[in-house]
Amino acid sequence: MLYREVGQYKTSYAADMAIFPILQDRIGLAAILLIAFVVIPLVGHDFLLNTVMIPFLIFTLAAIGLNLLTGYTGLLSLGTGGFMGVGAYACLKLTTIFPHVNIVIWVLASGLFSAAVGVLFGLPSLRIKGFYLAVATLAAQFFLEWCFIRIPWLYNYSVSGAIEVPLRTLMGIPVTGPTATSLTRYLIVLSIVVVMTWVASNLVHGRIGRTWMAVRDMDLAAELVGIRLLRAKLLAFAVSSFYCGVAGAMMVFLWYGGAEAEVFAIDQSFLVLFMVIIGGLGTLTGSFFGAALIYILPIVLREIPAALGLPVHPSTVEQLTFVIVGVLIIVFLALEPNGLARLWQIGKQKLRVWPFPY
Amino acid sequence: MRAPSSREVRLGEALLAVENVSLAFGGVRALTDVSFDIRKGEIRAIIGPNGAGKTSMLNVINGFYPPNTGRITFKGEARTTMRPYAAALGGIARTFQNLALFRGMTTLDNIMAGRALKMHRGFFWQLIRHGPALREEVEHRRRVEEIIDFLEIAAIRKVQVGRLPYGLQKRVELGRALAMEPDLLLLDEPMAGMNLEEKEDMSRFILDVNQQYGTTIALIEHDMGVVMDLSDRVVVLDYGRKIADATPDEVKCDKNVIRAYLGEPHGISA
Amino acid sequence: MDILYKIFIDPFVQMGTAPDLLVQTLWDGLVAGVLYALIALGFVLIFKASGVFNFAQGIMVVFAALTLVGLHEHGVPAFVALGLTVLVMLVLAVGVERLMLRPLVNQSSIILFMATFGLTYFLIGAGQIVFGGSPKVMIASDLFLPSGAIEFKGLGGFVSLQKIDIAAVIIASVMVGVLAVFFQRTRIGRALRAVADSHQAALSVGISLEQIWVIVWFAAGVVAIATGILWGARSEVSFALQIIALKALPVLVLGGLTSIPGAIVGGLIIGIGEKLGEFYWGPLLGGGIENWLAYVIALGVLVFRPQGLFGEKIIERI
Ligand SMILES: Nc1ncnc2c1ncn2[C@@H]1O[C@H](COP(=O)(O)OP(=O)(O)OP(=O)(O)O)[C@@H](O)[C@H]1O
Ligand SMILES: [Mg+2]
Repeated sequence: MLYREVGQYKTSYAADMAIFPILQDRIGLAAILLIAFVVIPLVGHDFLLNTVMIPFLIFTLAAIGLNLLTGYTGLLSLGTGGFMGVGAYACLKLTTIFPHVNIVIWVLASGLFSAAVGVLFGLPSLRIKGFYLAVATLAAQFFLEWCFIRIPWLYNYSVSGAIEVPLRTLMGIPVTGPTATSLTRYLIVLSIVVVMTWVASNLVHGRIGRTWMAVRDMDLAAELVGIRLLRAKLLAFAVSSFYCGVAGAMMVFLWYGGAEAEVFAIDQSFLVLFMVIIGGLGTLTGSFFGAALIYILPIVLREIPAALGLPVHPSTVEQLTFVIVGVLIIVFLALEPNGLARLWQIGKQKLRVWPFPY
Repeated sequence: MRAPSSREVRLGEALLAVENVSLAFGGVRALTDVSFDIRKGEIRAIIGPNGAGKTSMLNVINGFYPPNTGRITFKGEARTTMRPYAAALGGIARTFQNLALFRGMTTLDNIMAGRALKMHRGFFWQLIRHGPALREEVEHRRRVEEIIDFLEIAAIRKVQVGRLPYGLQKRVELGRALAMEPDLLLLDEPMAGMNLEEKEDMSRFILDVNQQYGTTIALIEHDMGVVMDLSDRVVVLDYGRKIADATPDEVKCDKNVIRAYLGEPHGISA
Repeated sequence: MDILYKIFIDPFVQMGTAPDLLVQTLWDGLVAGVLYALIALGFVLIFKASGVFNFAQGIMVVFAALTLVGLHEHGVPAFVALGLTVLVMLVLAVGVERLMLRPLVNQSSIILFMATFGLTYFLIGAGQIVFGGSPKVMIASDLFLPSGAIEFKGLGGFVSLQKIDIAAVIIASVMVGVLAVFFQRTRIGRALRAVADSHQAALSVGISLEQIWVIVWFAAGVVAIATGILWGARSEVSFALQIIALKALPVLVLGGLTSIPGAIVGGLIIGIGEKLGEFYWGPLLGGGIENWLAYVIALGVLVFRPQGLFGEKIIERI
């Protein structure tokens, strides 16, 4: 009897703590995975895969990374571009030195290098807070950018000063380099992003996520309940930079196929930060929404008028994007700091009680 | 009210002793040469007019401010400075005068955060959140649910605490402190800004915690009625100095105490 | 050993043997530092009175310069264009207060900070849509700013000072002086300082918080115009300037967010420090260290003094 009751408690709390406790949500998730893994590969052409899906997924991963640091732990970083770059250059060096090891392993391992760099630049975060810390992360951004340009060893002394992605195969199928098909690259990117999203969701829903949010909401009180601030913050820097590093490595190896240091400039940091803000600080779903909105907005601005027979100059598209994104940031921060993810939840809530208004 | 005789029986040896502690912020002398002790199992009240240094005293006890002089002995170990983390590890929990909740988190998460020191499953288990990590989570969740039931806040379990009314926030904060299963619980004006009914609830919780779990409590409170009802012994601070240290009844009649409170807006209300 | 010699001895030997180059480098650093300080001053004004760390200050500089030159390109006489630019900055200040600060009131400072990123992007986009994205030349001579250089012989060589740099130093010093007097001596200035301490105090002087916000953002806009003209005259007017404008951030954290003297000293330290670093130590690292030295200096200072050099020590309360 006693035993059974214990078992009961266990299953009920465990079920209560599941990440998607509602059945419809689980069905929805399954449907999304099905579309992503089966439908899109079947119907998708190069444009969809290469120009929409792959970059969208890669930006999502970077946004998740930054969200762990800024949204969950409350540490504002402007060094995302730099940390992504560390991943890309580390991956290049690893696969140059050990060409026969599976490239996917190197893409993931390169995250460890950005994690290490992230921890290094995160060290001052114990003493420095708020925008002071943001300025400190700028030191990381500009220093790393400088390294990417000034240390030729990093880009294998290529004449152009750019990363040139070599051909790497997996069981005979080209995965990186010019002959890799967009479908192969898409499937690899998708798998990595799905697994890493799952892991991130595990982290934020458990002890570690609580620790991070406690540090974000009230660091002094966090310390008084026995949370070690430096440890929590450094762990956030490490995990966050790991994600950004993997995103950076994928960006160069599985999307661009080659890149200059400029790709990892401060603009990239801001772009990812905006995805996090607009998607919703402190929500993982938000990172998907934010990445979709910010990445796809310019495509829409370009394609729709073009389809209507009013081609817009590319630079105008860029400028319009700036204006719209700028306005959206202010609007979201003012009206809905939890971003698109919150709007999505409210929408679902409405659906749940539909057709009754309340 | 409990009979004085039972009180004497309950009091054990000193759990914490404050000796000659002084603390200054620039020119402001928040504490001057304060000494007192807190015995195992008692409810010790710290009272005094506004700005008397009560909060500062608690901040010194749990390591938030290092005192300029003096030392503190906790569980037989003397120290002059320590990190708040070490205080938490030693078994000191705390609530705050102006609330220091994790506002973006739910009630449940806030109280679960109080278990931070008791959860040990490492990073790699957390990555998959299955097996040991989940078991640990469930185990602590059960303990936390007991606290939630005890404080009668089951209905707001999944509400973000920033959206709760003040009185409930105070309760959640107490819950978070209780989740630490402390040996010494420091309560900084747990009933400030509450109506009579809320005060009665809170008093009941404090007494229950003290009696059921034997937790030693240091309590700052302005409402003398509450202090009379709850506390075993009272320290009175004024301008950072200790002006009295006795039972509630004695303190109420103490000349120095009455003088300190005269002219203060709230005065003594018993 | 060799590397130690190159780091610790050689640069100083060079300074001693070619004092003219040293003086030239110091002068260049001084001018850059004064301009950084001017941008930082805009930040300090806004931060003191509204607690907002305005990331967009650097962009406001570019935006102001672009407006001025853009209007002139459309045939508006130089001084009329200047007047109109001042008007644009006033409209911007009112707009920021109505559309950004008011809805965000009571938000945490980090949220306000991020909102100014939004403002930054908005200004970049809007500025380019209206005035085009190509670099422009500042109308320095129309505004009676000098050009050319003065050369001094001596010190075993010569030192050349651009006249526009001399003008920049003078104008910047005058602006700082005027602002200091404004803060210390005038009624509005005192209200602004009061607002930094308590909003209640400001209300009691009879100035509403909203008005004060408009005033400080407008003041920061005027500072931005001056900075934009001077900076534009030294290089060119384009949004590439924003990278330089970002340097005001380390200046600011060095000096402490609330201190005008701090902004000036911080500007000089960063300006002179990075020029000396680049000239004497840069070659050891392959050059280009100017791009990050300022941030690393600021980072180093922050680790030891989290409140900056001039900021007051923060004792956190709980
Ligand atoms: N962080 C700090 N920096 C400067 N002065 C402080 C600080 N904390 C407290 N003080 C000063 O120390 C003195 C004692 O403050 P404390 O908060 O301990 O008083 P208190 O007895 O808790 O008062 P109250 O009843 O108002 O809570 C006051 O004069 C206060 O202004
Ligand atoms: Mg107090």
